Amino acid sequence: MSRRNNKEKAIEVALLMTSGVTIVALFLLCIFLFREGALLFGDHSLVSFITGTSWYPSSSPAKFGLLPLLAGSLIVTAGAIILSVPLGIAAAIYMAELADPRIAQILKPFVEILAGIPSVVYGFFGLIVVVPLLQDLLSLPTGQTALAGSIMLGMMALPTIISVAEDAINSVPLSLKEGSLALGSTHWQTIYRVILPAALSGISAAVMLGIGRAIGETMTVMMVTGNTAIIPGIPEGLFDPVRTMTATIALEMGEVPQGSEHFHALFAVGAVLFITTFIINLIADSVKKKYRLQEEA
Amino acid sequence: MSKNENIINIKIENLDLWYGEKPALKDISLDIPKNKVTALIGPSGCGKSTFLRCLNRMNDLVKTCRIEGDVLIDEQNIYGKDVDVVDLRKRVGMVFQKPNPFPMSVYDNVAYGPRIHGLSKSEVDERVHKALEDAALMEEVRDRLNDKAFSLSGGQQQRLCIARTLAVRPEIILFDEPCSALDPISTSKIEDLILELKKDYTIVIVTHNMQQAARISDHTAFFLLGELIEFGKTKHIFEDPQVKSTEDYITGRFG
Repeated sequence: MSRRNNKEKAIEVALLMTSGVTIVALFLLCIFLFREGALLFGDHSLVSFITGTSWYPSSSPAKFGLLPLLAGSLIVTAGAIILSVPLGIAAAIYMAELADPRIAQILKPFVEILAGIPSVVYGFFGLIVVVPLLQDLLSLPTGQTALAGSIMLGMMALPTIISVAEDAINSVPLSLKEGSLALGSTHWQTIYRVILPAALSGISAAVMLGIGRAIGETMTVMMVTGNTAIIPGIPEGLFDPVRTMTATIALEMGEVPQGSEHFHALFAVGAVLFITTFIINLIADSVKKKYRLQEEA
Repeated sequence: MSKNENIINIKIENLDLWYGEKPALKDISLDIPKNKVTALIGPSGCGKSTFLRCLNRMNDLVKTCRIEGDVLIDEQNIYGKDVDVVDLRKRVGMVFQKPNPFPMSVYDNVAYGPRIHGLSKSEVDERVHKALEDAALMEEVRDRLNDKAFSLSGGQQQRLCIARTLAVRPEIILFDEPCSALDPISTSKIEDLILELKKDYTIVIVTHNMQQAARISDHTAFFLLGELIEFGKTKHIFEDPQVKSTEDYITGRFG
């Protein structure tokens, strides 16, 4: 009897440890990131880092101003949202409500394949197709712009937005749809007056997850945005080269001496990025939770 | 009401319905009189709800569903080519088994129908108040019109769904087991309401509860395995059924 109990206990402890690894890994990662980042703030003040408008890591004295990078990330992400959210929601509505079930069954795997394409392939496509196209169409000095990044990131966020939003729409109870139709409303009135409002929190979660995907993306934006660390104007900055936080880390980390000021500055940027995505995920999660509660009601 | 005694509101002729290859209704013919309560009874799966959903074409939502035969409302075939389903559903309202208020305020729920049909703000407002009065709900929600509909009790939600239907001003109201999710007190409120409503509306109600059919209906139709077994005045069906299986069902020998 007690031997069996011991065995049960051992299994339990083993499973606890495996799941504990995840938490410990996250915890260590946080400590590492924030500690290395914090070391920048001996010679540089936190305020000059956050409000600094120039990122000149190799001038002397070096300037580590976050704003150009933060603004670069934000403008590329904002553009991606503007492009992908309406498109993604429209596609989700089509697939969940309007498409013949057979067509929806064909479309779904395609959307999933879109999600599985490696980001470097998106970047390559962007560089070869989208960038020259933008340059020609808009007669820009270079097609490597924030807009190119937005287009590519929008494309990459689409599968997430479509599939999460489609789930949200599909989980609206049939009884609501029937109730609306039975009152003599058309299918479209039912969609935008009853189904979409009922699915709203799920759709917002889809949007947040899409944003999370876009803001953390590195390879693709690095390949198509030109990587110039200047604060972009809004909205004309969309047509200028920009540099995002992610691209900065990826581009510069290979060249900096370990333990140097520049090295710590990149970690500080990483910490900012981490906090940003963490907050976005937190919001997405709370929105999703709210929408589960609503469903149960 | 006596002038309406013999007016036929809905005339069903040789109605057959299939889900895919499976027949669900077989050769149903039935006359539903105006301003009366007609109850549809029968064991689960007998086709009574399916039949009810033929009357406002709710079965259109089921892709595999195929229908033959005629359903005439005021002598117009609702399965005819030039029939607008949206207009039909304005004339034939429906209340469902489980209360299904929309996730919005009490007021907006009732205003939903009038609003989508393009009424002005003051007309909408008037209809909402009238509908809530007629559904015997106004007393309870007068101070809660802006509260979420989900905050009402189950019985109140069902009366809200009735009010929502009334606000569209249909001539016929279909009830699909409207009390099956409710407690006895809420049930009796809904029954009283239905008796009140039949002055102005033709009512068709599916029910599992035979006492309910006996209490509120004027006519009763007994369905079994997709067929209409017997139809007549409720009094006759319950006291003097002509078919053996009707009697067996009513006396509780199966069901």
